[in-house]
Order: sequence, then structure tokens, then C-alpha cells
Amino acid sequence: MALTKQDVLHVAKLANLTLTPKEVEIYAEQLSSVVESFDELSKVDTTDTRPTSQVTGLIDIWREDVLQPVRTLTQEEALSGTEKTHNGNFVVEYVFADAD
Amino acid sequence: MTLPRSIVELHDLLKNKEVTAVSLVDAYLARISSLNESLNAFNTVTDDYAYAKAKQVDETIANNPNAFEEFPLLGVIVSLKDLYLTKGIRTTASSNLLKDYVPAYSATVVDRLEKAGAIIIGKTNCDAWAHGASGENSDFGPTKNPWNTEYVPGGSSSGSAVAVAADLSLISMGTDTGGSIRQPAGFTSVVGFKPTYGAVPRYGVIAMASSLDSMGHFTHTVDDAERVFSITRGPDGRDSTVKEVEVTGSVKEKLTIGIPKEYFSEGLDPEVEKIVREAIAFYESQGNTIVEVSLPHTKYGVAAYYIIQPAEVSSNLGRYDGVRYGNDRTHFGAEAKRRIMLGTYVLSSGYYDAYYHQAMKVRTKMCKDFEAVFSEVDAIIAPVSPTPAFKIGQKSSDPLQMYLADVYTVAANLAGLPAIALPGGFSSNGLPIGFQLIAKQFDEAVLFQLGKEYQANTHWHTKTPFL
Repeated sequence: MALTKQDVLHVAKLANLTLTPKEVEIYAEQLSSVVESFDELSKVDTTDTRPTSQVTGLIDIWREDVLQPVRTLTQEEALSGTEKTHNGNFVVEYVFADAD
Repeated sequence: MTLPRSIVELHDLLKNKEVTAVSLVDAYLARISSLNESLNAFNTVTDDYAYAKAKQVDETIANNPNAFEEFPLLGVIVSLKDLYLTKGIRTTASSNLLKDYVPAYSATVVDRLEKAGAIIIGKTNCDAWAHGASGENSDFGPTKNPWNTEYVPGGSSSGSAVAVAADLSLISMGTDTGGSIRQPAGFTSVVGFKPTYGAVPRYGVIAMASSLDSMGHFTHTVDDAERVFSITRGPDGRDSTVKEVEVTGSVKEKLTIGIPKEYFSEGLDPEVEKIVREAIAFYESQGNTIVEVSLPHTKYGVAAYYIIQPAEVSSNLGRYDGVRYGNDRTHFGAEAKRRIMLGTYVLSSGYYDAYYHQAMKVRTKMCKDFEAVFSEVDAIIAPVSPTPAFKIGQKSSDPLQMYLADVYTVAANLAGLPAIALPGGFSSNGLPIGFQLIAKQFDEAVLFQLGKEYQANTHWHTKTPFL
């Protein structure tokens, strides 16, 4: 199934990516040829087949709900990857845009 | 100084005082400094860090009579794919997005290697975010194949394969999500080992596709692959997908090896086929039993993989927003954007059932194919890649052609199986060709036994590129 330029722009929006017009054109073509190759999969009879999302059969791995300093970053360490901090916190984009 | 080609050789040199750890670091750094400009295998060389550790190693050897027993990797010079977090050492995933990122903690594997006495010499180049099979998707330029620098070394763990092939480190850690250790090992004539999914903790390694990622390594010898695995494997209390498994270590003397007929069909280069057939003949001559087997869903593997993997990639790369660390999302390169969008597409409303859900069901079918085959055989032997290494630039404009070449490697990831690629010879124009052995989950001992049997009787792993 071919992807139109609108499809590419829609997917890019969902993925929070910004594309140039040239990129939209290239990706429409490249992604279409990859997605068309997936059509092969519809030939496999998967009636009564359960989907696999993990392969080693582990279920419900628990650990005690206790704070272990050895597995916790200090505030300073957690903030060490960015210069955009304020009063010991990360500075983030507005979630709700100002009405003005 | 002649550099050691195995841990045993290295330890003999250190025990006999023919070398010190500091002199080894000197020798490796000199080699990196003369060759890295042409090979582009390293993103970061950690010289000060390596010297500090080497001094500690030399003190340990001088003062501790049990040094080599207590520290099984003492003095081993290791490089790490630039996906392994290293506390205080820049870790980039070979991406512009993380080009200045310095982690606040190290991966479990890195901690374990260091505790075992290894010396980290640097961080290796790779396809950015491990997306690729040629090394050409690195945001820092492609790594070159040391056997012929006009050719790709394979990928995505390109710099790690080249670091071992060109003796820039004795061992190197890579990651294998769809063949990213085995394929570059085959292209550069080194051993590439991919453990069972969940055998080695993924904690602290930048995630690509979390249900497929395996932490493995490159070495010259199978014996070293086994030694390193004995250090990296086992639960760490952090990656909850790691499974505690008792290592038996005992394997029957002669094994049954299956040849999957679907792996020898059209598209396989005759020179590659010849070398895999020679390896099969070798195993038969040693008294192992060879049988033909069938993995009927093999041809669907690439399609299932290129749905499941980008779906997980799109989720894992969602966290890179430039808020807590790294640059913002405009810094993703072309292949990362391609995979994020592909993954977002197959997960999006209206396409989820036709693509993602169907791919997960086909994955079940492939797992069942392997279950049936492993009820008859101990291991499977197969090509790693349909062709030897290709020229830089030859495939880079056609992502689908690049993806299709993963046909022989992705199945082991989809089914979570351990596999090992071994150097098996060379093409008529002097490029390395490997073959791979695949075993059932947590049956790494079978791979090590077969690999050692091969290397004890052949010389391919002793060949070195002329540099």
C-alpha cells in the first residue's frame, strides 16, 4: 500500500518530527516500497495463532518496592545532561499554550 | 610489540612479564592513532582513563598472587560500541542528537567488564542508534573495512568489528538486534557472538528494539567469546527480562547439525555458499551428523522484522526530546527518521492489525519452526549474509535492498536464539566470508563447542588484514 505525502506528514506529526518538503517526497517513495513489501505477510495463515511479544516465557517479575540509593541517581546527576534547569528542576516546554 | 590475539596469549605475556598493562595501552593507542583516520572505527578514545586503569592492573599483578584467577579479564583491552553508557565518558549512539551526552551511570555490562579487570580504550563508531547494516548511517561518517577500505565493514556494530579485526582492541562489545554483530563479524573475519535474548542485561545500553536487542561481543577466538560471556551473563536486578539459567557446560561429544534448506535458495552468492558448504563438510568429517531441515517461514522474516523492530524503535526513540539530555528531535539523521516513521505508521490506527499484529503472529510461527527443528538437531548452520561486503555507497540510496540482506540473521532475533558467526574464508577478491551457527535458547555451550572444534582445525581466524 502506497503512502501519500499527506500520510507521511500525518505520521511525522504523530512522531513529533519536522520534515522538509524534499524529505516528505523522498520518504513517501521509500516508505511506500518498504510497506508494499509487507503485503507478503498477509499470505501467512495465522488463524488461531497467538501473537508473540516476548520470547523467553518470563511472567510477572517483581521486586520489593523500596528505595535503593545504589539504583537511584542524585538530583545533581539527573540534571547533569542539560543546562536548561531552574531551581534544581528540568525546564520543559509549555504543555498548555498561553491563550494569548 | 606483537599484540596478543586471545586472552590466554595476553595472560601469558603478562605473567611472563614480557609486557605490562601500561605498555599494552601504549601499543594499542599507537595503533589507533595511526589507523583510525583511515578506518574511522572510534568515536572517542579514552587514553587517560585507559592509562589509569592499566596502572591499577599492573599493581594488581605485582601484589596479588591470585590476580588472574580473581580477575578473569585482567588487562584485556576492550572497546565498546557507542551505545553502551559509560559514566563520565561521552556516549553518542553515533548520532548528532547525543553528540555531547555524558552519562551519569554505566551499563551493567560495562561495570562487569571493568570489575573483571578489563581496560576500556574507547567507544566505537556504528550506524546511528544501531540502525543499519553497513556503518554508513553513522552521523560521524562511515567506518571502513580493514580488508579493503573501499568496502563497508557491515553494521550496525561496524567500529567494534573493525576494532577487533584491525587489532585496535582485543575484544569489543556490540549489540545485535537483527544481525548487527554477526553480519559485521562475517564481513571483517572475526568471531561475532549473539547471546540468547535475556541472557545478558540490557541495562544502560541505548535501546533500539527492546524485544530483540542482545548484548554480545567480537573476539578473534571462540574461547574468548565464551570467557567474556561468562562475565557479562546473568541477572543484574535491573533488566527484568534477564533469565536466571543454570549453565550446564556439558555437551555431548558429537552433535547433530541441521542445514535449513530455505537458507540456500536464490539470492545466495555462490562464493558464500561454497564456504558454508565447506564448513558443513568439516563438521561431517569430524563425526557430527548433518541433516537437512526446513524453516518454512524464513522468507517472511524480513517483513516481520521490519514491522516489529521499527515499531519498537519509534517507541524507544520517543524519549529523545532534548529536555533532560541531548539535542532536540531535529538532530535525528535520515535513517532514524525513516524508522521512527515506519514504526509509527505500522502502529497507527487502521494499520495496526494488518501490519503489527500480523507480524507478531508470524513471529510465533517462526518460533514454532525453530522449536520443531531443535527437537531433531543441536544446532543449525547457515550463511550470515547473502553476499560478502559491498562497496561504500552501493546500496545507501535504496533502504529496501539494504533491509532484504538481513534475511539470514533476523530469525535468531525474532526467536531469541543464541548464534555465533565465525570466519570461514575469503572471496576471490580477498573479502572475508563467515558462516553462522544457531542453537536453541540458552544453549550457548553447543555453539562454543562447535566453534572451538572448527577453530582448532582451521586457520581463518588467524588471518590479519594488511594495514
